[in-house]
Amino acid sequence: MNKTIISARNLTKVYDMGEVKVHALRGIDLDISESEFVAIMGASGSGKSTFMNITGCLDLPTSGDYFLDGQDIKKLNKDQLARLRNLKIGFVFQTFNLLSRTSALENVELPLLYNPALKAKTKREMAMEALDMVGLTNWASHLPNQLSGGQQQRVAIARALVNHPVIVLADEPTGNLDTRTSFEVMDVFQKLNMKGMTIALVTHEHDISMFATRNVLFRDGKVRRDNPVKVTKNALEELARLPVEMDDDYDQ
Amino acid sequence: MDVFSQIIISYRSLNKNKVRSLLTMLGIIIGVASVIAMLSIGQGSRDSIEKQIQSMGTNVIMVFPGATFRGGVAGGAGTAQSLKMDDLDAIRDECPSVKLVSPLARSSGQVIAGNSNWNTSVQGVYPEYFEIRDLTLASGEIFSQADEGRSSKVCVIGTTVANNLFGETADPVGQRIRINKIPFTVIGLLKEKGQTGMGADQDDVILAPYSTVNKRMRGGSVNVQQIYKSAYSERVIGKAGEEVDLLLRRRKNIGISEDPPFMIRTQSEIIAALTSTSETMIILLASIAGISLIVGGIGIMNIMLVSVTERTREIGLRMAVGARERDILRQFLLEALLLSLIGGLLGVGLGVAASKAFVNLLNWPVSITMYSIVLAFVFATVIGIFFGWYPASKAAKLIPMDALRYE
Repeated sequence: MNKTIISARNLTKVYDMGEVKVHALRGIDLDISESEFVAIMGASGSGKSTFMNITGCLDLPTSGDYFLDGQDIKKLNKDQLARLRNLKIGFVFQTFNLLSRTSALENVELPLLYNPALKAKTKREMAMEALDMVGLTNWASHLPNQLSGGQQQRVAIARALVNHPVIVLADEPTGNLDTRTSFEVMDVFQKLNMKGMTIALVTHEHDISMFATRNVLFRDGKVRRDNPVKVTKNALEELARLPVEMDDDYDQ
Repeated sequence: MDVFSQIIISYRSLNKNKVRSLLTMLGIIIGVASVIAMLSIGQGSRDSIEKQIQSMGTNVIMVFPGATFRGGVAGGAGTAQSLKMDDLDAIRDECPSVKLVSPLARSSGQVIAGNSNWNTSVQGVYPEYFEIRDLTLASGEIFSQADEGRSSKVCVIGTTVANNLFGETADPVGQRIRINKIPFTVIGLLKEKGQTGMGADQDDVILAPYSTVNKRMRGGSVNVQQIYKSAYSERVIGKAGEEVDLLLRRRKNIGISEDPPFMIRTQSEIIAALTSTSETMIILLASIAGISLIVGGIGIMNIMLVSVTERTREIGLRMAVGARERDILRQFLLEALLLSLIGGLLGVGLGVAASKAFVNLLNWPVSITMYSIVLAFVFATVIGIFFGWYPASKAAKLIPMDALRYE
């Protein structure tokens, strides 16, 4: 049995909107182990984003316990949570969230800037290494507006990987991409997962979830279904099956 | 994150919006520059006032008779007939700190030379008066003790009088003039002294022996209108004043606590009064300039608030990847500080340049002081921190997940 990275016990989250109380999570029990590739599914309002926020230590649960890599986050203050995010978590967002007018390399380097233990040279090397993992070594000095959407998301993935996190949390990473680039991005995730990276990915697209090894379905703040994917699709093969587009800007 | 790389990050984000950063800085630039220019102008005019007063002699003490009261009606300073010539002799003989003494008889008259005429002040003084007031001659000579004894009809004239009577180029020495129809010989021309600190023309004057003016123009009064004395040095000027005060009180049987019928004024008192006036002016000018600095600070706050709103997602991202509240606070505070520091530096340059321009183009007396530069710069820095704090703390207080989803 692999080591447990994420362990949620009876998590609830209530948003107090003044007159009404919104129950976003109504008791979640979920474990994610090392080198799992979990796709979290659900309609909007199902609580999957709230769950991701808590998993990513961006928010605290109203009740219940959450352990990240064995660490009880209830005992941590804001600064310690920031430190935990810095060292253990890599985020990938739907809208990439790259800093404009900042090179790909510097964007990747960003999380390392908040780690005082690292030297400037080490930071640079780690950032190059992460860019290499997503196959963008040659694009290091390009600015985000000089990159295609898929490339931008791969820079964002490199940024999530740069601090060697215990888990990568991706919130609808293919939401802003067309099918072809979506598959390319999923290919990157699959290759990372092969190397042992634990990945939790929120999506509402069924075919995207088929690239994961395990699917969890959220509905009304509860886990409705949690089952392994019987036949995980290979993104590279799916990519080959797509009709070739002549104006494809993907040239790696 | 170490401070140095944070400075670089702040500098870069300012650099991304060059025009906006520059416009924001403009408030601080103008503020700092005007503080420096105003202080320089104030200091310069104060220096020149002081210099002018010093040209009148700093160790001068004046004694005026007091005011008369007839039936409760005040007659004005100098109307009392309380100073006599023997008071003057007593001061000269009995006050050890007093070096030179001269009475002053003030009159005015119509002066005629050839077909020109002029109305001016005629002052009767002892030859010592020239030394007391530090008056020097451009040409000719001053009258002597013997002229005083003989009540000679000789006089020394100021340049304004000379110009009006004889023109700018002619040497008036040796010329004959008539003052109120009495013929005088001009024996000397005073060197030009310019205006006093209060704007009176010091060159519009005729000086003649005291006895001459007193007899011919004041009907031989025994009362003295004003006594000029000079102390041995500036340091003993206070002591000399006290000595004269005590002596005159004793001679006129006036107790220490009573109001004496005479007034003693020293030049340093006048200097103090004038410099305090110019100090008020400096403070006034500098506070107006300071207000423009504060307005500049508000400009910084405004732009920083806009910047925080614009960069909400960036802030959310930075927090998500591990920035603590204080990292965000520091980043935005540094940006505000950098704006005001660079603005301050440019402002110092502009202020110094403007002050120099006032000297060169307008010929104003301007003196740039180090303290005004330091003051303006420190003030700009404080304003940067003060007005940068609110936007920075607003940025730091953002909730990361809300910030990340901000549209």
